[in-house]
Amino acid sequence: MKKFFSKNKGLLFIIPWLLGLVVFRLVPFALSLGLSFTDYQLVNVPHFIGLQNYKDMFANVEYRGSFLTTMKYVFLTVPFKLSFALFIAYILNFKIKGVNFFRTAYYIPSILGGSVAIAILWRFIFAADGLINIGLGFIGLPTVNWLGDTRTALFTVCLLRVWQFGSAMIIFLAALKNIPTELYEAAEIDGASKFSMFFRITLPMLTPVIFFNFVMQLVEAFQEFKGPYLITQGGPRNSTMLLPVLIYNNAFAYFKMGYASAIAWSLFLVIMVFTLFTFKSQKSWVHYSDD
Amino acid sequence: MNKILNKKTKKNINIFFRYGVLVFVALIMLYPLIWLFGASFKSNTDIFTSVGFWPKKFSLTPYINGWKTSTEYTFTKYFLNTFTIVVPKVLGTVISCVITAYGFARFKFFGKKTLFATLISTLLLPSVVIYIPQFLIFRYFGWLDTYLPLIVPSLLAFDTFFVFMLIQFIRGIPKELEEAAKIDGCNSIQTLWYVVVPVLKPAIISVALLQFMWSMNDFLGPLLYISSVDKYPVVLALRMAMDASSEIKWNELISMSIVTLVPSLVVFFAAQKHFVDGVTAGSVKG
Repeated sequence: MKKFFSKNKGLLFIIPWLLGLVVFRLVPFALSLGLSFTDYQLVNVPHFIGLQNYKDMFANVEYRGSFLTTMKYVFLTVPFKLSFALFIAYILNFKIKGVNFFRTAYYIPSILGGSVAIAILWRFIFAADGLINIGLGFIGLPTVNWLGDTRTALFTVCLLRVWQFGSAMIIFLAALKNIPTELYEAAEIDGASKFSMFFRITLPMLTPVIFFNFVMQLVEAFQEFKGPYLITQGGPRNSTMLLPVLIYNNAFAYFKMGYASAIAWSLFLVIMVFTLFTFKSQKSWVHYSDD
Repeated sequence: MNKILNKKTKKNINIFFRYGVLVFVALIMLYPLIWLFGASFKSNTDIFTSVGFWPKKFSLTPYINGWKTSTEYTFTKYFLNTFTIVVPKVLGTVISCVITAYGFARFKFFGKKTLFATLISTLLLPSVVIYIPQFLIFRYFGWLDTYLPLIVPSLLAFDTFFVFMLIQFIRGIPKELEEAAKIDGCNSIQTLWYVVVPVLKPAIISVALLQFMWSMNDFLGPLLYISSVDKYPVVLALRMAMDASSEIKWNELISMSIVTLVPSLVVFFAAQKHFVDGVTAGSVKG
């Protein structure tokens, strides 16, 4: 034993991490799959019920609605957030006076966006008598019941995520600065327009970073909980009931641990499929430079 | 002549367009925050009638009453609770992540490839799938309604993102320094402490600051594990203030929201310089 560790000293350094990995990640991971096949409700002895939870889930209107809402949320927020981040980073990359000021200004929402305070702010500015409606009234437009209308509530929750585009923008900006200027100079000599330079040079050079940002944002967006939970509680009429909120409600409000685990696993598999698909698609659109 | 002029006006239009977009977007993004700040000094009726952020009458009452809260505790208590969670969490994260990262970056050992691959895959593993069993495990340990579920995992380098980040930094440090220390008779722990940690300082500070901000804002953790009001951190106190009464005192709620944002803002503005320093120092030396 002693000999083993003197030969593998590195293991001693990573033992704390390894312990945490097993107790707080691997065991829960296995347990959650197991739980999804039981009727565990916190007070009973769990029984194995096979695929019953999954059958119930797919038959459930609430689940199916929630699934669609989550898809809508992810595919509204991620592309908008990324293209906005890229657009602003592109402008900031020109010789702009006060670039530090703008960078900080755009980054602040990303710093604060995850806090409960900002969720409160959102509830407040989109309230029936909140800032947005006061503003609309001020310029003579009809007001909208942003959080109370099933047609606009999800949009309002999406906006909170798009508002935090700063972190992705910072990464884009760093990548833009790394594109060698010789490429543009050569293109200029060849008489290329700004437009074609953007699509022929900038965008291809950025694809590794776009890929990185996209995967990160995708995984994050699928797991959004705080926004809808605090701003709309999933309502009105479940129109903002993202899957993580549904999981939380089933597990910690109705104590249906088994059923909630089944939903969690369905979400997990969806995330994995999208992530793997994105990784596989790399070949056809991500350009890695040779160095 | 005409052509040159045209080119110049075109350029001017471009510049005008760029600044226009930047200023416009910044205004739209930041106006809610500015307005919020103004609203925190307004009376409750004044809030809902004006688009302007400047209060008609400045009043500190929202702050004073908000701080007192409608519970038997004040925000002093909630802030102390928050720091009781955050301080050990940050210290634990820094220590455990540096040790783990050092082990991965500088040693060869049995099963390293597999373990490193596991480390990377935990970066992408959605944590939504492990919340429920984690809760059941902590319940089994008898840790519900204590701070232990929030603190203990970070003592064991649970936030793999930081481990990964530190590994990258350590890989950038020349090995010669450590070899010299070894020749002088330092053991690995001494080498880590006297040679690696001082060089790693900027990265360690970034880890500490990021973890500080994330733990200050963490909502799901306290929501799942803390149930007694006297143990509430500020995030739960804020939510309670929002949900407690049907008649929300918006100005008090807003003033307290702003107060809870102050630590993150202070850290951000202090850190900005630090991040820049760290990055430039690395690139100049490297």
